[in-house]
Amino acid sequence: MLQFLARRLLVALLVCLTVLTFAFALTRLAGDLAISIAGPNSTAADIEVVRKAYGLDRPLVEQFFDWVSRAMVGDFGRSYFFREKVSTLIFSRLPITLTLGLVGLGIALSVALPLGVISALREGRPIDRIISLVALLGQAMPSFWLGLVLMITFGLHLGWLPISGTGTWQHFVMPGVVLAFSAIPALMRLTRSGMIDAMSADYIRTARAKGLSRTSIVLKHAARNAAMPVVSIAAVQLGFMLGGSIVIETVFALHGVGFLAWESISKNDFPTVQAVVLLLAIIYTLLTLGADLLNAVLDPRLRAA
Amino acid sequence: MSALLEVEELDISFGALSAVRGASLEVRRGETHCLVGESGCGKSVTALAVMGLLPRNSVRQARRLAFDGKDILSLDEKGLSRLRGDRMAMIFQEPMTSLNPAYTVGSQMAEVLVRHRGASKRAALDRAAELLARVRITSPGMRLGQYPHQLSGGLRQRVMIAMALMCDPELLIADEPTTALDVTVQAQILRLLADLQKDLGLAILLITHDLGVVARTAHRVSVMYAGEVVESSPVDRLFNRPMHPYTRGLLSCVPVPGKVRRDQPLGSIPGMVPHVTQGFEGCAFRQRCALARPDCSGPIGRRRPEADRVYLCQIAPEEMTVS
Ligand SMILES: Nc1ncnc2c1ncn2[C@@H]1O[C@H](COP(=O)(O)OP(=O)(O)OP(=O)(O)O)[C@@H](O)[C@H]1O
Ligand SMILES: [Mg+2]
Repeated sequence: MLQFLARRLLVALLVCLTVLTFAFALTRLAGDLAISIAGPNSTAADIEVVRKAYGLDRPLVEQFFDWVSRAMVGDFGRSYFFREKVSTLIFSRLPITLTLGLVGLGIALSVALPLGVISALREGRPIDRIISLVALLGQAMPSFWLGLVLMITFGLHLGWLPISGTGTWQHFVMPGVVLAFSAIPALMRLTRSGMIDAMSADYIRTARAKGLSRTSIVLKHAARNAAMPVVSIAAVQLGFMLGGSIVIETVFALHGVGFLAWESISKNDFPTVQAVVLLLAIIYTLLTLGADLLNAVLDPRLRAA
Repeated sequence: MSALLEVEELDISFGALSAVRGASLEVRRGETHCLVGESGCGKSVTALAVMGLLPRNSVRQARRLAFDGKDILSLDEKGLSRLRGDRMAMIFQEPMTSLNPAYTVGSQMAEVLVRHRGASKRAALDRAAELLARVRITSPGMRLGQYPHQLSGGLRQRVMIAMALMCDPELLIADEPTTALDVTVQAQILRLLADLQKDLGLAILLITHDLGVVARTAHRVSVMYAGEVVESSPVDRLFNRPMHPYTRGLLSCVPVPGKVRRDQPLGSIPGMVPHVTQGFEGCAFRQRCALARPDCSGPIGRRRPEADRVYLCQIAPEEMTVS
């Protein structure tokens, strides 16, 4: 178990380092930063001043190691656009994105799991077909469009929910639903196929031969085995959701990390862009690590490996 | 007193395929009843039909299906599940996959007693440890905390047997419990089953390919061929004087030490088992039978040459001279 943990942590660390390098490289590849920071109407002298001030005149390698060593201790420098420390900026935005992600995942799981299980138990019957069809339609729907439809219906016409901002929990309902929608089809299909596999396994026949109740057979014996791939995908989906929250945070004007990413990219605020990319990568690796650990708890064979 | 398990005229079909046709058999209290026959003749589905565990794509019909004199044909899943694991239990051919990989041996065993007897987890685990010792597993306390992947095939099958015994069932159905195991382990498991049968007064319906096993353990034997029970008899009389030509063929194929290889498959009678679909008429063995006559393609009579014996053939016992 300890060995398992150590190996996973090492992999996570390597992934973060790689992303760190890419984040740095991408912002430099996007063009001459000094020019875009100085603005379109600046003279060559202005640009030189900017270049010096931001340390962009130093060799790239030096810039990189400087940035990495600071990043290690949580210092991402100051944002060019917001005139604030990047770390402060991010930590003030993070709770909103995390809340949105968790609400989204919560909604996605509470819809996808029961539907997936019902589909599996009624494999090939009308209810299974209907659920699959709805999932397919859901997948085909772009989230900005769904977001707008919800806003118009529940926000404007019915007036049940606020259409933008972050004041109360109600503010997270619509964005959460939109975010969940993109994850539901994959989660549901995985739950369905996992449950179908599990229900036809020999150990389920044994469970039935033991006279166990239907509830115990489905929820204890089958679900536990079907859960493992679902956990892995749920982690990946949550990662996608955090990435996808760029669109949704923009549509619903939620000032989270996604919105920040959008703003900083459009303003060429590269310290912020780098930090946001790194943060998303860390969250992503943590999620995968968490999923691996949860799977090890679910499957004794993984613990032994 | 009626037999513990009575199966009369059981039919099982998968779409057009007739897997079992009019099979009848009886398992009496405290007896080992062996069900033998070539691969695909319907032994497993017969056993599953008794337990109510047939796959969804099958249709089961019977004139009578009774356990301890009570009809179980009309029981729904819920009613059946009260009997299963409690008064009748089953172990399977695949010990490697029959236990749930995600739960410990102890937890899988305990839940049977908790379910049927409302026992506490603690008491159920005590009982599980006792039964693991009973099936000759060493350090049962430690095994309770292990997961299936930590056990060998032989150990897993012992766990399955112990688990089947949790509620002291009257009937144990064992579907080729040793086929997937090493030869030495096979012998141990069969000896264990025979001992349990004697000590606990269990009735066992044992499905097997191995006539050696039948000779050593059975009280009664039913021979299946292409979905039918073609002969049913006490074991000694079956071996002394087989009636049905198929049984005779089987017995002539029993390996004799020094003459035939030990692993020769049972039933190496020339020809193939026919594919039997709905509406099949006559004796399914007739193409392979040395004694076949024109009337073998019509309805086949059920003959009772002596008490307790029955076979399905057109040919009367006194005519069975050629062989
Ligand atoms: N799930 C199923 N779907 C379709 N046909 C099936 C199914 N299970 C069994 N059958 C068919 O029913 C017939 C009897 O199968 P069964 O498993 O009872 O044979 P068996 O006597 O137990 O053979 P073996 O000795 O190989 O275990 C076979 O022809 C088989 O193809
Ligand atoms: Mg079988």
